[in-house]
Amino acid sequence: MSSVSPEPPTTSVAPPGPRVLDVRDLRVSFPGKGWRAPRVEVLHGVSLDIRPGETVGLVGESGSGKTTIGRAVLGLAPVHDGTVQFLGERIEHVPNRRRRRLSRDLQVIFQDPFASLNPSIPVGDTLAEPLHAQGIPGQEARRRVLDLLDRVTLPSDAAQRLPREFSGGQRQRIAIARALAIGPKLIVCDEPVSALDLTTQRTVLDLLLEIQEQTGVAYLFISHDLSVVRYMSHRVNVIHRGLIVESGDAGQVTTAPRHAYTQRLLLSAPVADPAVQRTRRAALDQRRAEENA
Amino acid sequence: MSEALMSDNHPVAGAATPRRAKRSRRFLRNPQAVISTLVLVLIGGAVLLAPLLSTDDPGAAELSKAFAGAEPGHPLGFDSAGRDVWSRLLHGGRNTLGGALIALAVALSVGVPGGLVAGYYGKWFDALANWVGNFVMALPAMVVLLASRAILGPTMWVLMVVLGVLAAPSFFRLVRGIVANVRGELYVDAARVSGLRDRRIIARHVLIVVRAPIIIQTALVAGIAISLQAGLEFLGIGSGDLPTWGAMLNEAFQNVQRSPLFMVWPGLALGITSAALVLLASALRDVLEDGDAKPSKPRAARRARVVASATRDDAGPRAALLSVRDLAVSYGAGTSAVDVVRGVDLDVSEGEVVGLVGQSGSGKSQTAFSVLGILPEGGRVTRGSILLAGTEVVGLSEKGYHALRGDVVAYVPQEPMTNLDPAFTIGSQLVEPMRLRLRLSRKAAAERALELLRQVEIADPRKVFHAYPHQISGGMAQRVLIAGAMSCDPRLLIADEPTTALDVTVQAEVLELLRRLQADRGLGVLLVTHNLGVVADLCDRVAVMNAGRIVETGNTEQVLADPRHPYTRTLIDAVLDDAPARPAWVAPRADDGTEVPA
Amino acid sequence: MSRFAARRLVAGVFLLFVVSFVSFVLLSIPTLDVARQLLGQSASQEAVDAKNAELGLDQPVLARYARWLGDALTGDLGTSWFTSEDVLTAIGHRLPVTLSLMLGVTLVTALLAFLLGVWAGVRRGPVDRFVQVLGVVGYALPGFLVTLVIVLVFAVQLRWFPAIGYIPLTTSVPGWLSTVTLPILSLSVAAVAGVSQQVRGSVIDVLRQDYVRTLRARGLPPRRVLFRHVLRNASAPALTVLGMQFVGLLGGAVLVEQIFGLPGIGSMTVTYTTRGDTPIIMGLVMTTVVCVVVINLVVDMLVGWLNPKARAA
Repeated sequence: MSSVSPEPPTTSVAPPGPRVLDVRDLRVSFPGKGWRAPRVEVLHGVSLDIRPGETVGLVGESGSGKTTIGRAVLGLAPVHDGTVQFLGERIEHVPNRRRRRLSRDLQVIFQDPFASLNPSIPVGDTLAEPLHAQGIPGQEARRRVLDLLDRVTLPSDAAQRLPREFSGGQRQRIAIARALAIGPKLIVCDEPVSALDLTTQRTVLDLLLEIQEQTGVAYLFISHDLSVVRYMSHRVNVIHRGLIVESGDAGQVTTAPRHAYTQRLLLSAPVADPAVQRTRRAALDQRRAEENA
Repeated sequence: MSEALMSDNHPVAGAATPRRAKRSRRFLRNPQAVISTLVLVLIGGAVLLAPLLSTDDPGAAELSKAFAGAEPGHPLGFDSAGRDVWSRLLHGGRNTLGGALIALAVALSVGVPGGLVAGYYGKWFDALANWVGNFVMALPAMVVLLASRAILGPTMWVLMVVLGVLAAPSFFRLVRGIVANVRGELYVDAARVSGLRDRRIIARHVLIVVRAPIIIQTALVAGIAISLQAGLEFLGIGSGDLPTWGAMLNEAFQNVQRSPLFMVWPGLALGITSAALVLLASALRDVLEDGDAKPSKPRAARRARVVASATRDDAGPRAALLSVRDLAVSYGAGTSAVDVVRGVDLDVSEGEVVGLVGQSGSGKSQTAFSVLGILPEGGRVTRGSILLAGTEVVGLSEKGYHALRGDVVAYVPQEPMTNLDPAFTIGSQLVEPMRLRLRLSRKAAAERALELLRQVEIADPRKVFHAYPHQISGGMAQRVLIAGAMSCDPRLLIADEPTTALDVTVQAEVLELLRRLQADRGLGVLLVTHNLGVVADLCDRVAVMNAGRIVETGNTEQVLADPRHPYTRTLIDAVLDDAPARPAWVAPRADDGTEVPA
Repeated sequence: MSRFAARRLVAGVFLLFVVSFVSFVLLSIPTLDVARQLLGQSASQEAVDAKNAELGLDQPVLARYARWLGDALTGDLGTSWFTSEDVLTAIGHRLPVTLSLMLGVTLVTALLAFLLGVWAGVRRGPVDRFVQVLGVVGYALPGFLVTLVIVLVFAVQLRWFPAIGYIPLTTSVPGWLSTVTLPILSLSVAAVAGVSQQVRGSVIDVLRQDYVRTLRARGLPPRRVLFRHVLRNASAPALTVLGMQFVGLLGGAVLVEQIFGLPGIGSMTVTYTTRGDTPIIMGLVMTTVVCVVVINLVVDMLVGWLNPKARAA
């Protein structure tokens, strides 16, 4: 199976300028299963940063820790060591009250549009949730909800309906609308399109790009799919077994990767062109032969 | 591109209906719910109005009237001590139901908050409360009640509080389980990120989910409380002279040889009340917990005989290995039937790999299941012909199918982890079909299984052979499933999204494995997938499916390079392989308000 | 597997210990003046004090518990305050009656419930409806009410069986059968109802699992898939419910033994708890808890054997 590459991570020097998010040497560990079992560390010192209006991609396979990074930024996973700076403020261990206020600027879109909306609460109420939490009065909140639905191209009568009346793509639009409610500076997008069909996936990605252009929001874009990450991100980080092995501009990392793991990841994903795919396969076979030799 | 074009879009329901209204209408339309509620209201009302409905003192005994029959003002006659049965029945109900209510109130007020806190916050409170709950549930309630009586004395009301404590774990466990589940839901995470307080999250997201199960459980526990209360009274260890249904039954039972009919009235009162509660609970379950579980269709409907229809000429000559013509598959019956496959033509020859491509809901998996004769419950082939190595399988009996599965056609499923029986070792699951289908000895089958595991490139075949499914990884499990499909040397392999659940590096390895096995054995393969890359990698020909129909078939290179059908075009356009990488980030202009402190 | 069993055993012993402590402390709350009850209302205060001293009631609770526990560990549960019977002997006389009831009910339930449940789950249709109705009826009606109806019909009206009394197995086998048939029948109604529902539910559940489809696609005959794979996977949750039913049965036995006049530990519980006979009550509570612990252990082992995943948990 996949082997750990002995090479050191290939990282380009962080560009200068202000940061929305700055994660340094992040370590996350969870309690082990069973009594007195040792803690299991899933992130072994991860650093990344995001500038205003920028999309930074985070690509990796299952169990690599990519989702945990997003959850740690959101305060949903316990940070063991390292720092998370958001808009210049350290937030890795803030009290609940402050964390709640952060939600104005820091939002999330989860992978599973079926699980991220409460099935028994009408869509409008779900969208109003963050508005109420920020103390926006009912009348104003209702108006904003209609605005939000319009922004993600859903009809205004969607507010009274339950999530189950919508398709996967539409639900993900609802999730996007919820994230946009207060006008955040950063949205953590955790595999936002991997549960969607190919054609729906494209429309949702284009919506996210359009919103970024209009609002200047920054994205931490987490995905297992290199082609999706390339399409969305200015810069890309490749994570493997809790460590970032390569980071750099999207074009470079996703077309001419330097690290062996990224190269294998790139070659492993089949492309929809038989001739191209044949050459990629041959290259992958050769890599494997070299690795085994 | 509008989403309405996409096949996965379910038609959005028409008018928006408030859910509450829907529920109450469902309740009123459920005769079991309405009748049991009416019965309970009647009994409750009668018992509450006891002093008005019967002016007799339930305790006043008139020995001369002992065992006397009905007379005006005394509709049910007199008991063994000459007391009015009607009055005792009403007042007895007050005590019996009142006692049960106390127990219920205690159980609810201990169990529900406990479950909420334990489920939502977990940690030490959860561990402790859970232990206490299990502890209490491990004790037989009747024995504890009797022991409590020895300690606390014969006061019924106190014993009912004890009963409430004993019943509390059933609420605690229920609530804790649901809340712990909800706690892990993404929508709760989303609410937290939205800035909601825990209190509000519990009120909005958690209570709404536990409400229905609590109501149902309340009805059930009420029934149990009543029967335990009556049981205690029946044993004669309650509050002495207080009239209760249980005590009445006891007195009647003492005189069972003389006049067994005295047991009828308290027995009926008790039986009807408990039955109404349980029936109400089961009706509420239907009403509150989504009426999705429709009654199963009669077997006859599923087994409806379908005769293979005549081959249409326009679909071309039929392939030797697999040839599908005009296949239609429906779910449900009558007017509610849904067609998921509507006239599919498909051919796979020996040694050929055919991709069946489409988005979710296009009917591609249903087509594959039809070929194998393993459509899920409720689904059936309504039309068409499927020739499998020359045998017509539409309308074939399970027995006839059985002769084809394994050695003519084999199946590789999508989800590796759920497709292995968790109770058996990998080895025994591989050996079993070989012993039956190939009539191999145990030893020969085991050796062949190890060889197969080696062929699917499992590093330590012996270890995997003896492992249980939960002890291996997803990629490994998919290899095991491929080995299982190969075990009886099939000629046709039907692979339903065989790599969708796998990581991309593992996917590449499994695709490589499939390619090698296919070439070595000259297998025909029908590969169901949504991934055009997988098609380009493996398939000779490809059939594109949309909304139950095949819209385009052809050579893989031709279809992918030069699609004829607009739907195929749409699919290919959505692939991001060739999309340019995003250009480098440019600092936002100073005036757009995204200024950020460094 | 043996580590799993050992862990459960330790947990069971701990449970026993906790129950004994809690019960003892609660029983020491002086609500009934035992000494005066024993000696009669006319007894002098000196005599009552002397009796209290004799019973050890003048000692602090913890000291008394320590002594009780020490004796219990050597197999001595003391003697009844009221009858001077040895507690262990008294319980030993009555336990076989209750155990034979339990055994009978368990056998009847296991057989009938699995038969009905599997049939209902696989065939659905009329059998399914019957099992569902039985489930509601068995759950809905208080156990002792069902018992009373059974007595009325089979003993009072039809006179097929005696309404009351017990003949030991060692005295006469047919006699024993005639005295335990109705009690076992009464207790089985609810148990069969509950367990067959669970079997039905889990059979339907397992039949819908992906691996059942895959096994069929491998060419295994349907009967083999059902009896080897479906049944085994459906049995684990059903056994858990059977174990829980057993705990309920121990309570149900109290009423049933009382109604049929069987000299088991159930009727013994009723008699002695009304008097506050601490040594006997402690003995009865311990016996019940040991039964529960043993049953849970057996069920856990069976479930662990059926379901390899549970072993790891």
